[in-house]
Amino acid sequence: MRPFTRLSAVAAPIDLPNVDTDRIIPARFLRKPRATPGYAGFLFHDVRFDADGSERPEFVLNQAPYRGAHILVVAENFGCGSSREMAVWVLEAYGVRSVIAPSLGDIFHQNCYKNGLLPVILPAAAVAGLRRQLHARPGTALAVDLETQTVTDPDGVAHPFEVDPFRKQALLTGQDEIALTLSQEAAIAAFERRQRTEMGWLVAGSPAS
Amino acid sequence: MPQTMFEKIWSRHVVAEGPGGHVLLYIDRHLLHEGSTSAFGRLAAQGRRVRRPELSFATTDHYLLTAPGAVAADPEIRGMVENLTRHTARQGIVHFDVGDARRGIVHVIGPEQGLTLPGITLVCGDSHTATHGAFGALAFGIGSSEVEHVLATQALWQKKPRTMRVAVEGRLGPGVTAKDVILTIIATIGAGGGVGHAIEYAGEAIRAMSMDERMTVCNMSIEAGARTGMVAPDTTTFAYVEGKPFAPTGAAWAQALAAWTALPSDPGATFDREVALAAGEIAPTVTWGTSPQDALPVTARVPDPGAIADVARRESMTRALAYMGLAPGTPLTDVTVDRVFIGSCTNSRLDDLRAAARVVRGRRALVPAWVVPGSGLIRRAAEAEGLDRVFVEAGFEWREAGCSMCVGMNGETAREGERVASTSNRNFEGRQGKGARTHLMSPAMAAAAAVTGRLTDVRTL
Ligand code: SF4
Repeated sequence: MRPFTRLSAVAAPIDLPNVDTDRIIPARFLRKPRATPGYAGFLFHDVRFDADGSERPEFVLNQAPYRGAHILVVAENFGCGSSREMAVWVLEAYGVRSVIAPSLGDIFHQNCYKNGLLPVILPAAAVAGLRRQLHARPGTALAVDLETQTVTDPDGVAHPFEVDPFRKQALLTGQDEIALTLSQEAAIAAFERRQRTEMGWLVAGSPAS
Repeated sequence: MPQTMFEKIWSRHVVAEGPGGHVLLYIDRHLLHEGSTSAFGRLAAQGRRVRRPELSFATTDHYLLTAPGAVAADPEIRGMVENLTRHTARQGIVHFDVGDARRGIVHVIGPEQGLTLPGITLVCGDSHTATHGAFGALAFGIGSSEVEHVLATQALWQKKPRTMRVAVEGRLGPGVTAKDVILTIIATIGAGGGVGHAIEYAGEAIRAMSMDERMTVCNMSIEAGARTGMVAPDTTTFAYVEGKPFAPTGAAWAQALAAWTALPSDPGATFDREVALAAGEIAPTVTWGTSPQDALPVTARVPDPGAIADVARRESMTRALAYMGLAPGTPLTDVTVDRVFIGSCTNSRLDDLRAAARVVRGRRALVPAWVVPGSGLIRRAAEAEGLDRVFVEAGFEWREAGCSMCVGMNGETAREGERVASTSNRNFEGRQGKGARTHLMSPAMAAAAAVTGRLTDVRTL
């Protein structure tokens, strides 16, 4: 996994609450392999493009100052709905490395960590303030620093954020989580032995086929 | 100290403690579908093996057509379907594949096969996995990287969610169903109201529900943002599970019953949040917007964004109404529909099909209407009761099992601008096809919409 340390980059505001993962990547693109040329074009496809493929000028990422933004500042419950990890893959393909939100859909939130994207949760008022600044000064950059756990806004004000130490460490080092868990093999095997006695009904009850 | 059911199951599955309150949680059952196949590919690329293939079970549901024969629409989809067959065969994972009557929607077949049991942890690379919580299991949806992680390790790093109890007290009125209950709960707490929480549904109305109905409630927990939803197991649960193919038998069954009886939350157990609803106040409910929280009694009118003070909320309502092609103030029962879909992991079980058939019997569908059973076995059971004939005689299409128009990944989508009365779980923009307009409702209400051509209060039929 690609590590995340700090990033200073153009940020785009998305004000709509409850942006679901169907909207981030519509279902008909889910069968496309991640390596498909033009994968990033599936991002927000049906709100970003017209039926003939032309850009909708009102969509934020189609506006010159925000084009190619590496940070999204979004509203409540962004990434709700379907568990499709492609929602994160397609953001990553577009170049988004961090999503700043008052809250995120739980599965989307977890999926970010697995793909080197930093999800930042800040109080709703602070996030709304950041979006206002980005609207007022299109194309300005935000600085996101995982080490110091701060987002610095265009006025130089630092907003501290909480991040789970476990996830922070993994992001900073780009750790392979499966490798980490495999190093716990002895504990997993011990659990399974214990479970065979404590939940014997489960083990005995399984594979009938 | 009194414990919640959630805490009991959680603490019994902790393999190791990690930093920051994370634990390595053991996973008892893992369900797979065509969408899970990329995880197998990455696993193989790393030279890793499936640790406990006998604890994973696969089905083919999202991508097959539900027309007779249940085939794939094109070579690309056929490739995905065959991929799952190849990977599961290679790994020795049980797969309910094309041609197997047990094949069906992943959240329908888990319980049907007795794979879903009280007290276990169960995951699936699908957000509606909380369905299985209806049995008193800790069941939650995961992403593709986590699917790979479970295949490799049979465990997941998880942070303990907060707990919430949603109590539905009293009795439901006539014509009011489990779907109306969950839509009302979501409208009450909001589409993000459950984020970071494990919900336990409780109260007289929940206890009175069949397993099919409890599954409908738990299924939509994710639409309130919740990590999971669950219902305490009781005699209704045990009666359902007993005799299912993969359920414990003999001495193991007796042992299981003893364990399951001790599972419900202890008296005095505290939840981080409590919500109470009066069952008697819940009406047949439909959605008018593009989030499941946009739900109202069918007797209401399309809401007016102009009356909303909060700017963000007003703008998102205006946008939703424009997408839905609805004018504020219109009585919901004046809204005509173009198509009806009865199916999905929310409402495709035998109880659902019976409820729809009761409304349909002796009437005719005025618009194209589909019935897509949740599994091959449900399809058979419904046919044994003659439900298929009720639907077909009324002009409905009786189809093969699968996800179908809930998501349209298989190509079965509604057309742009079409208004669909649907028993599925998501009315997101484009969910049932680009530009399709979805109204969520119960099977009885969807059946009523089919035979009247408009949103209809089923109690008036
Ligand atoms: S029926 Fe719909 S919600 Fe359920 S698993 Fe299939 S696509 Fe997902």
